[in-house]
Formats: sequence, C-alpha cells, structure tokens
Amino acid sequence: MSHTADAHHDHHAAPSGFKRWLFATNHKDIGTMYLVFALVMFFVGGTMAMIIRAELFQPGLQFVDPGFFNQMTTMHALMMIFGGVMPAFVGLANWMVPLMVGAPDMALPRMNNWSFWLLPVAFSLLLSTLFFAGGAPAGGWTMYPPLVLQTGNAFPFLIFSVHLMGMSSIMGAINIVVTIMNMRAPGMGLLKMPLFVWTWLITAYLLILAMPVLAGAVTMLLTDEYFGTSFFNAGGGGDPLMFQHVFWFFGHPEVYIMILPAFGIVSQIIPTFARKPLFGYESMVYATASIAFLSFIVWAHHMFTVGMPLSGQLFFMFSTMLIAVPTGVKVFNWMATMWRGSMTFETPMLFAVAFVFLFSIGGFSGLMLGITPADFQYHDTYFVVAHFHYVLVPGAIFGIMGGVYFWMPKWTGHMYNEKLAKIHFWLSAIFVNVTFFPQHFVGLAGMPRRIPDYATQFADFNMVSSIGAFVFGVSQLLFVYIIWSCVRGGEKATTAVWEGSHGLEWTVPSPAPHHTFEVAPEVP
Amino acid sequence: MRERFRRIFQGAVYGPLFFLLGVSTAYADWELNMTRGVTPISHDTFDLHMIIFWVCVAIAVVVFGVIIYSLYAFRLSRGAQPDIAMVHSTKAEIIWTLIPIGILVAMAIPAAETLIKIEDTRAPDVTIKVTSYQWKWHYEYLGDANDPFVKSNFGFFSNISPESNRARQLGSGIDVFQVDNYLRDVDKSVVVPVNRKVRLLLTSNDVLHAWWVPELGGKRDTIPGFVNEMWFLAEEIGVYRGQCAELCGRDHGFMPIVVEVQSEADFAKWVGENGGAVGGGPAETPDVVEGTVAAAATGGGAGSAEPVDMELSFDDLMARGETAYLTNCSACHQLNGQGLAPAFPALAGGVITTGALDAHLDQVLNGKAGTAMAPFSYLSNTDIAAIVTYERNAWGNSTGDIIQPSDVQAAR
Amino acid sequence: MEHSSDRYYIPHGSPWPIVGSVALLFLMAGFAATLNGSGIGKISMLIGAGILLFMLFGWFGIVIKESVDGIYNQQVDRSFRMGMAWFIASEVMFFAAFFGALFYARQLALPWLGGDGNNFFTNFLLWPGFENAWPSNGPAEIGGEYKAMGPWGLPALNTAILLSSGVTITIAHHAVKAGNRKMLVAFLGLTWILGLLFVGLQATEYMHAYHDIEHGGLSLRLSSGIYGSTFFMLTGFHGLHVTLGAIMLIVIWFRTLKGHFSPENHFGFEAVAWYWHFVDVVWLGLFIFVYWL
Ligand code: HEA
Ligand code: HEA
Ligand code: HEC
Ligand code: CUA
Ligand SMILES: [Cu+2]
Repeated sequence: MSHTADAHHDHHAAPSGFKRWLFATNHKDIGTMYLVFALVMFFVGGTMAMIIRAELFQPGLQFVDPGFFNQMTTMHALMMIFGGVMPAFVGLANWMVPLMVGAPDMALPRMNNWSFWLLPVAFSLLLSTLFFAGGAPAGGWTMYPPLVLQTGNAFPFLIFSVHLMGMSSIMGAINIVVTIMNMRAPGMGLLKMPLFVWTWLITAYLLILAMPVLAGAVTMLLTDEYFGTSFFNAGGGGDPLMFQHVFWFFGHPEVYIMILPAFGIVSQIIPTFARKPLFGYESMVYATASIAFLSFIVWAHHMFTVGMPLSGQLFFMFSTMLIAVPTGVKVFNWMATMWRGSMTFETPMLFAVAFVFLFSIGGFSGLMLGITPADFQYHDTYFVVAHFHYVLVPGAIFGIMGGVYFWMPKWTGHMYNEKLAKIHFWLSAIFVNVTFFPQHFVGLAGMPRRIPDYATQFADFNMVSSIGAFVFGVSQLLFVYIIWSCVRGGEKATTAVWEGSHGLEWTVPSPAPHHTFEVAPEVP
Repeated sequence: MRERFRRIFQGAVYGPLFFLLGVSTAYADWELNMTRGVTPISHDTFDLHMIIFWVCVAIAVVVFGVIIYSLYAFRLSRGAQPDIAMVHSTKAEIIWTLIPIGILVAMAIPAAETLIKIEDTRAPDVTIKVTSYQWKWHYEYLGDANDPFVKSNFGFFSNISPESNRARQLGSGIDVFQVDNYLRDVDKSVVVPVNRKVRLLLTSNDVLHAWWVPELGGKRDTIPGFVNEMWFLAEEIGVYRGQCAELCGRDHGFMPIVVEVQSEADFAKWVGENGGAVGGGPAETPDVVEGTVAAAATGGGAGSAEPVDMELSFDDLMARGETAYLTNCSACHQLNGQGLAPAFPALAGGVITTGALDAHLDQVLNGKAGTAMAPFSYLSNTDIAAIVTYERNAWGNSTGDIIQPSDVQAAR
Repeated sequence: MEHSSDRYYIPHGSPWPIVGSVALLFLMAGFAATLNGSGIGKISMLIGAGILLFMLFGWFGIVIKESVDGIYNQQVDRSFRMGMAWFIASEVMFFAAFFGALFYARQLALPWLGGDGNNFFTNFLLWPGFENAWPSNGPAEIGGEYKAMGPWGLPALNTAILLSSGVTITIAHHAVKAGNRKMLVAFLGLTWILGLLFVGLQATEYMHAYHDIEHGGLSLRLSSGIYGSTFFMLTGFHGLHVTLGAIMLIVIWFRTLKGHFSPENHFGFEAVAWYWHFVDVVWLGLFIFVYWL
C-alpha cells in the first residue's frame, strides 16, 4: 500500500458542516457533489420524460397543452445532457482521475469548486422559467432560430444559463487537462494511464474547443433578439441555417463528450471482470483520438434536409460514415478482451456488457442516419429519437451506472447490495429496450418527433414505449435506494474491492481517505 | 381496449422478430418499416435503407455472436483460465479496420448516386411554391402561358381539417380513433398529375418547418428568406399523407399535408376549377412572376366567388364564424378566446374585439407587423365577416354587431 | 512550516468560488430581467457586479499572497500556466464562432441570397434584384443606409499601436527574466498606456460610426444588417478583451512596483503577457478580415 497517513497533515481532515461543501476544495467532496447534483437532475429530467411519455401513451391530447409539451421536450433534453450526463462524468473524473494518476488532488482546487457551484446557479435560472407566465423555453434543445426567438421572458434566462453551463464545463475541462498533464505520479507515462483517464483527457479537449462555440452561438441569438443584429435573419444578409452550423459544430463533439468517458469506464470494467488486460490498449487510445478529430468534421449530418449544396452533403455523409471505423475498433477490442478471459458477472460487468450491445445498436442506427438519402426519410422522426436514446441511455447512462457500481465500494467503503443491484440492472436493461426499440418502428412508419399527439396508426407502439418508460423510470428509484443503503452501511469493502482490480486507485484503502497520494506513489 | 392490448402484445412479441427476419417482404406493413413509397427516389431510398440495415444486421450477428459465445464459454464458473498474454494483435487490428472501411465504401457509392439524383431538380413539369406559416401551408402553382397544365398562377391555404382540429383539443372528449385520418387530413389538398416531375420551391413565412410526405420520398426544410427545392414524380394515383417535420412551435404536430396524385385529365380539370374561377394568393406573392400572373392572382381569396352583396343572418354568421375561427385563429387565440398569455392576447373581453369595428377589421385583414399575427386578407369576405361577428359576440363579448361581407370589402 | 514547497499546495477550502457563483446569479438574473423590461433587474445587476468585484479582489488577493509567500512550488506554477494556456484556447474558439459567422455570411449566405449555387429561386422569388456584395446589410437593407469602415485611418493606427504594445510587453518580459526592474516597470507601463490608447481610439471610431451620415458619421450600427452585426460583435468583443487585458496589465504593473516578480517566479506576469499576445493576434485577424478584405 503506497498511501501514507501522514500525521503531519492531520489538519487536513475533512472540514465539517456546510463549509465542507460550500467551500470545498477536495476532489472527493467536489466529485460527490457533482454526482449528487447529476442524480437530482437525472430525476428532474426523467420526470419530464415521464410527462412526455404519459401524453404520448395514447393519441389525442389527454394531459398537457401542446406548448407545455414542447417545454417538457426542451427542458428534458437540457436537464439530461447538461445537468445529468455531463456533470456525472465530471464527478467521476473528479473522484477517479487523481486516484488513477496518483495525484494528491485536482490541479486547481478552487476553480474546481467554482465549476461545480456554477451549475446550481445555471439550473436555478433555467428551471425558474417553468414558473414564468409564458413558460419555459420550448424551441427544442437545439434552440433553432427563428423559433427560439419567440420564447418570451424565458429567453434571456435560457441564454445565460447556457453561458453558465459552458463556463462550468470549460473550467472543469481545463482542470482535468491540467491534472492529467501535470499531476501524474512519476512513472505514470501517458501510455500507462488507465483508459478512463485517456478518454477523459480527450473529452476535456473536446469540451475546451466546443463549449465556447456554443457560447458564441447563443450570444448571437441574444443579440439578434435584443440588440438588432441580423446574424440569423436573411433580410439583413444573415441566415437561420448559420445558427445550425455553429450549433452543430459544438453539438456533434458534444455527443462524443457524452460517450467517450463511458467508453473509458467500460474499458476499465471489462478487463477487471474478464481478469485479463485490455486488448489493444494503444489502438484504443488512437481510436478515441480519431473519433475526437472526426467529430469536428461531421456536424452537418444533423442538417441534411436543410438544402445544403450537393458537395457539402456528400462530404458530410462520407465523414460521418468514417466514424464507424474507430468506433468499431473499440467494440472489437472489448470483444477481444472478453475472448479467452475468465469472466464473472457482478453488476458493473453486467452494465458494461449491456453497454457494448446496446450502444452498438445505437451506433448502427447512427450509421443508417448518416446515409444522406435515407436520412431524408429518417430525419426528425422517432427513428432519430430511438438512435440517440440508445447511445445515451444504455450508452452514456449505463456507462455511468456501471461506473458507480464499480467504484462505489471505493467511495463508501461498503459493498452495495449485489442482489438488488442485479434486479436494478435487469429491470433497466429490459425496459430500456421496451421503451426505445419500438420507437424505431414508429419512426420508420412516419411519426415525427417533438409532437404531442399523433395519427392513430402509431398508437400501439407508443403505448408499448410508454409502458416501458414508466417501468424503467420506477426502476431508477431502486438505484437511489441501493446508493443510499450503500452509503449507510453494508459489507466492508476490501482495498482492492474486485478480484481482478488493477491500478493505483485500488491501492488506497476503502473508503478512500480524504487525502490520498500526498506523497507521490510508486507506479506499479 | 382489450382488443388493442392484444394487438400491442402481439406487436411487441412479433414486431422485433418480424423486423429482423422478414422485413424485405413485410414492407407493406406500414407500421414496422419505412414505406417503399410511390416515386423512383423513394424506391431508391428504401433500397438503400434496406441494404444498410442488412449490413448492420450482418455485422451485429458476427460481433454479438462472438460476444455471446464468450459470455458463455469464458466464464470463471466454467473454469475458464484468462489468457493474460493476449493483449495485442496487429493483424487482427488491421483486419477489423479494413473490413469496415470496405463495407462503408461499398455503401457510399450507391448512396452518393441516389443523392445526386435527388438533387437534380431540373426540367419539372409542374412547379409549386410552398410557403409555410405557423401553422398551415400555402401552395401556389406557378403558371406559364406555355405550360401544358398551369397557365397562370393560383394558390390556396391548406389547414388541418376541422374534424381533426376539433378532436385534437385538450379534453375534447372525442374518440380520435373514430375520426377519419386523424391529424392527417386537411381542408384542401394539393393535387398533382401522375408520372410528371413536380418541383417544389419551399420557403417559410415565419419559422423553420419541413415539408414531408413519406411516400413521395424525403423531406426538405422551409427557411424564411431562402428557397429550397425538391422534386418528386409519383407513379401511382392515390392520396398521400404527411406532415410538418421540423419543430415550429406550439402546433407543430398539427400541420398535415395531403397530396392527391391524379390522372392528367383530372388534374387539368382541377386546375381549371381552381386556377380559373377561384384564384387567390397571399398578399406577399412575389412580384417577379408578375409577367406570368394572370387575373387569378389578384382575387379576393379562396371564397371570392361568393357575391359580396350577400346578406347573412346573425345565426348563420355565428355558425360559420365558429368554424372559420376554429380553422384559422384558434391555434393562437384558443377555442375559448382566452389566448395564451403572454404571447397570444385574449380576444374574450379584448380591447379590439369589443372596441371599434374598424380597428378590429384592420387587425384581421392586415395583421400586426412584427408579431405572429399575420394578415388574413386572403380569407374570403364572408369568412372574415363571420369570424369578426363571431369574435364580437362569443365568449361573453356582446357588442351585438353584425358584420356583412360588404363591410369587409369596404375595409379592404 | 505547514506547507513545504516540495508539496503540491492544496488550499483547505475557499469561500471565493461560491461568492462568485452568487455574484453571477445576481448579475445574470438581473441582466435577464432587465432585458425583459423589469425595473429591479438593474439593481440586481449592480449587486451582482459589486459582489463579483469583491470576489475578484478576494480571490486574486489570496492567490497573490500565497504566491508571494512562496507556497507555490514549480509544479503548481506549471498548473497555472497550463490552465491559462487552455483558457486562452477556449477564448480562441469563442472568437472562432464569430469569425465563422463572418465567413459564412460573406462566402455563403450573401452569395446565396444573390442567387448563387442552388439558390436561383431564393433570389428570383424572394429578393429580386439583390446582388451579392460586401459590405452588405442584406437584401432588406436592415438598418438603412450606412457607410463601411475603411482600414486605413484609425484602424491602421490602432494596428500599429497594438503591435507595438506586443513589442513593449516582450521587452518587459525579457526584463523580468533578466531581473531588470527599471526596464520592466517602464515597458510594462508603456504597454498598458498603449492598451488604453487603443481602447480610447476604438471608442472614437465607434462614435464616428454611430453618427448619422448627415452629421459626418457613417450611420453604421450594430443593427446595420450582417455587416454591422459582424463588425461590432467582433470588434466589440475584442475591445472588451483589450479593456480587460489593460486592467490586468495595470494590476500587474502595480504588483511589479511592489516587487512581486522575480526572474524565476512570475507566472502572473506571463499569464497577462500571453493574454495580451492573444488579444494582439485576434486584432490582426480582425484588421485583415473585418476592415481590410
Ligand atoms: C452519445 C451520443 C451519441 C453518439 C455516440 C452518436 C453516434 C453516432 N451518431 Fe448520433 N445523435 C445523437 C447522439 C449520439 N450519436 C443525438 C443526441 C442526436 C440527435 C440530436 C437532435 O437532433 O436532437 C443524434 C443524431 C444523429 C444524426 C442526425 C439525424 C437526424 O437528425 O436526421 C446522425 C446522422 O448522421 C447521427 C449519426 C451518428 C453516427 C454515424 C454515430 C457513430 O458515432 C456511431 C458509430 C458506432 C457504430 C457504427 C457501432 C459500432 C461499430 C461496429 C460494430 C463496427 C462495424 C460497423 C460498421 C462498419 C457499420 N446521429
Ligand atoms: C442524456 C440524455 C437523455 C436521457 C438520459 C434521456 C432519457 C429519457 N428520454 Fe429523452 N431526450 C434527450 C436526451 C435524453 N433522454 C434529448 C436530447 C431529446 C431531444 C429533445 C428535443 O427534441 O429537443 C430527448 C427527447 C425525448 C423524447 C422525444 C420527445 C419529442 O420528440 O417530443 C422522448 C419520448 O419518448 C424521450 C423519452 C425519454 C425517456 C423515457 C427517458 C428515460 O430514460 C428517463 C428515465 C428516468 C427517469 C424516469 C427518472 C427517474 C425516476 C423517477 C423520476 C421516479 C418517478 C417515476 C415515475 C413516476 C414513472 N426523450
Ligand atoms: C400565429 C398566431 C396567430 C393566429 C393564427 C391569429 N392570431 Fe390574432 N394575434 C396574434 C398575436 C401574437 C397577436 C398580438 C399582436 C400584438 O402584439 O399586438 C394577435 C392579436 C389579435 C387581435 C388583437 C387583440 C388585442 O386585443 O390586442 C385580434 C382581434 C386578432 N388577433 C384576431 C385574430 C383573428 C380573427 C384570427 C384568425 C382569422 C387570428 N387573430 C389569428 C397571433 C395570431
Ligand atoms: Cu410546421 Cu412544424
Ligand atoms: Cu452528430
């Protein structure tokens, strides 16, 4: 064990009371806050999804006004993406990156605190708009003008909350880059870093390059609305499509921001439970980097139907198809890691395996969407909704859940309740498919997305989808209970926790003490 | 209800199986797969869709097969020993990079060919300018004296049908399963000739929308300030339904499109009926095509055939007004006239609707610049008279005013 | 000693970030409310700005104190440098969005409105007679008549000023490394004077632009179509960055006077210098693409 409890640093024990959280500079405390925040937002966004699915349970309007429905769609996506998935990943990075590279903490601890505490501010601004007279933003999470300019009083709140989320993400990303590049224990060469660290490093670069572009895009929306500029107004020489280009230049890297860390988590979990080193470590790193690079040149595949010049459509079709290659490399490497391993199926492994299957299904539909002529039929239908929920829910969310089960014993010092966790897994894995698989069918059959009511031939599959969503949603209460009870107590976790564990993070005691690696560890 | 649950259960069980095993023969089953459509482009698109789908299935079978086998064979509980030395294989990596690249290139070629065909909008037989509004469509047939079909411009608005519109209101109490073509029916459909290349010029009056009829293959966005083009050539006579496919605000879900493909003779007859006698177009139809615009473009709207000096009774006006209000105004001002604060003002007890008649007529005819309140001068005098009468006497407004078509004509 | 400099310094908690968040809450909510026409918005903005200033003084104050106390070791210093570098990278991308808008409008949107490419009907049906040109306020001539801002005059002078300020700060940088205090103070002082001069001239230029043509101005405003939009947004955000940079230079200058920087330890100075160079480079881009070409 390389951790030394240094009597000299007793005063470093966790401060108590509210100050511990408000003034936090400790990466573990901040990581915890991020994770709790993300869980809360997942539930807020999930509740909105339940409202959406309740309204779509049957054709005809039963519960909500169409305007409110659009608010739910928009807010659901913003909550899930910026409030749920991204903070959850930053939380995991906060907890695990210093432990994995043998750093005493994050490189810039005060800024770390700020990047967290901007999030509650951003989301209070955004959620407060639900109580405004004109309601919350309802123009879709993509905020396309001119529609979004009709938002009303919620509009500046939307813009500023996006600015704040952006600031938070950029600061978080800078912190992670610096921690990884500057805080590694001696001997922890770049090509020795665990894959979770690698994927996060690349994700952080994506964030630094993509988020400011989003900030620029929404700033132009703001000035178009209030200061008379004509960026998105053809009459003044601008173009509504220009927003889409700028937005998706951010937006497509953003979707990889939401999946690369999950790739990293899965790449930690599978070798652990296959009791075998990751196959093709270096090619995993290069594949991740290629995905990141390609992600900046495919953006217009979200805009095939806007009437781009033919050459543009061809270019973006080809570049989009290319992304399947490095992603394929990752899938094949996971496959080869399992091959001739010696596997056991604790909950993290179950989530990781489900991830590989279901993410691939989402990836395949993504590839289909990339075929431009076919996308003319798929675009803005539930086929797209099915695609991105497959990569996001059993993709990003399963990745996060797998990571939580994987590392929770290290955080809390207790094993979670394996039996309940398996139930949680099976309920989630089955019902996520019941929810989203039928959406492929209704989408192909012609049901557009973002509609509160639909023609009667779509009725059956929508009902299936809604039932799936309700059960999936309720199952998540179990997740919260498992976390809660694991924090409260349970079987003591060992230092290594898992039989196949490998890496620095498994050399510190469970629970990980408030301060670790104050003296740089020996890298095995 | 029970019947529906049974069908759902069957769908849930057989659907995925069916989809995976027999889709190529099952395309007729509209509920599961993409429509094959009735145009050459939609056929090509459908074929592309099926090829890429099968490619994905094939890859999935291999990849998932290997993983499932591993999950079974390489378990600790079966005494599997990990092969710790297996960490890298350049050969394998080259193979599983090159094979996907090969597949993708093979896929890209037909896709590019189809795309090039789709983008070729030259030499159309009929050209229709489609303008989207929140939340209705306007179609204008661009005519030319030498054109075999459309000699002069004419146009009309197309709204969701009143039956669907009534049924779709929150808490309407109407069983939508009993409404024919619920949400997929309009008050006036677009008519085109069979086996002719129809070109659409798409633009928008306000926000983005998208024009999409699945069977005609593909969709295209409408963008304010720009004109997009698309074309289709329908090979089968029939009625094809679609709807707006780009979020355009509150009633995005209620902008259906109906295209009737007719024989050339029927189409010519239809043009004669619509383009000759009853013409009309929105105030902002482009002046450029003026040269080709005949008398039709200048008329007083869809119903201008009706005599202006017609006198209607209060009850008739109110009845007609209610329907016309439902079609044209209720999307924003709501059925009960309460509007939606703060975007759309209430008309019940409103300043204008209970104040001077001139201002009211002006608001309806000319709209209010810079707001969503568009000019409605394209409506017939009778409709406007009815709507205004209705607005001034419904929902507790009790001006007692009766407005006749002649009053509207005078206000134009 | 509690913090030997061979350890990476981790502060024990800090109140400043949360103060900063509260400040931004007031500032942003206040700004949003102001845009919605609410009276209390302004008050909230003032409170927010006040708290933000308080936070900046507090936060930088403690960092400077820690730095002067020698708590930061080499590794901490490196973290700061990397942090600053990546912060500047993110700023570059922020400007890239606006440059992208400029290029898009000039290379794509305006030609399309003029009928280029597959947009014959855009021009024919919607904007007959409109011809692509730059500068342009679009086919609807939003904002009315205006004149473009030429490059040779104030802008060229400003280019010279900013470029020379880049030289002076480099000299100051060499001076700090050589431990030459006098030189450092002089050239750093010169740099911020040039910076403020730039801002002043820019303000004059804006006033000239905003004046009506009849009154000898250009009638060029933020609302003058896409030309006015891109012109003022790009130069405006740049001007804002120059102003911030100049304030930072002044702070650094006072710190120099207090003797904060040593040849080995002068991260604060370098951060500002980098920032200044970044602002400089952005200006070059602006001069070429906004004023000149
Ligand atoms: C985590 C998020 C995530 C991820 C990882 C992806 C991954 C991909 N996405 Fe997805 N996408 C979204 C999130 C994501 N997407 C979201 C949120 C939207 C909608 C936004 C909105 O409009 O609101 C969207 C929309 C979207 C569109 C626009 C659809 C439309 O609106 O019309 C397209 C089109 O090309 C697309 C393509 C792809 C492709 C090609 C991939 C590829 O990266 C997938 C690659 C993976 C595989 C292909 C599977 C594994 C590979 C193998 C097993 C190897 C062999 C395979 C072959 C050779 C086929 N996506
Ligand atoms: C990470 C991102 C993420 C995640 C995790 C999810 C999760 C879910 N999404 Fe979401 N979704 C998006 C991102 C995401 N979505 C995006 C980007 C859009 C596009 C928006 C746009 O068009 O602009 C979208 C749109 C979208 C739509 C289309 C709306 C439309 O087009 O009109 C639908 C419809 O079914 C849907 C459903 C769901 C469901 C059922 C879940 C479920 O997985 C949620 C499960 C979670 C919970 C349910 C919460 C936990 C449990 C409780 C709160 C307990 C109480 C439960 C009950 C009372 C049942 N989503
Ligand atoms: C797309 C939305 C929309 C539709 C459809 C619409 N309106 Fe309006 N209407 C508005 C808006 C927005 C205003 C407020 C304009 C303003 O800001 O003054 C308005 C204002 C009015 C007013 C003035 C109300 C007042 O007291 O200020 C009247 C009268 C009116 N509309 C009548 C109609 C009639 C009649 C129709 C149908 C023929 C109709 N509207 C259809 C959006 C709409
Ligand atoms: Cu029109 Cu959606
Ligand atoms: Cu994408």
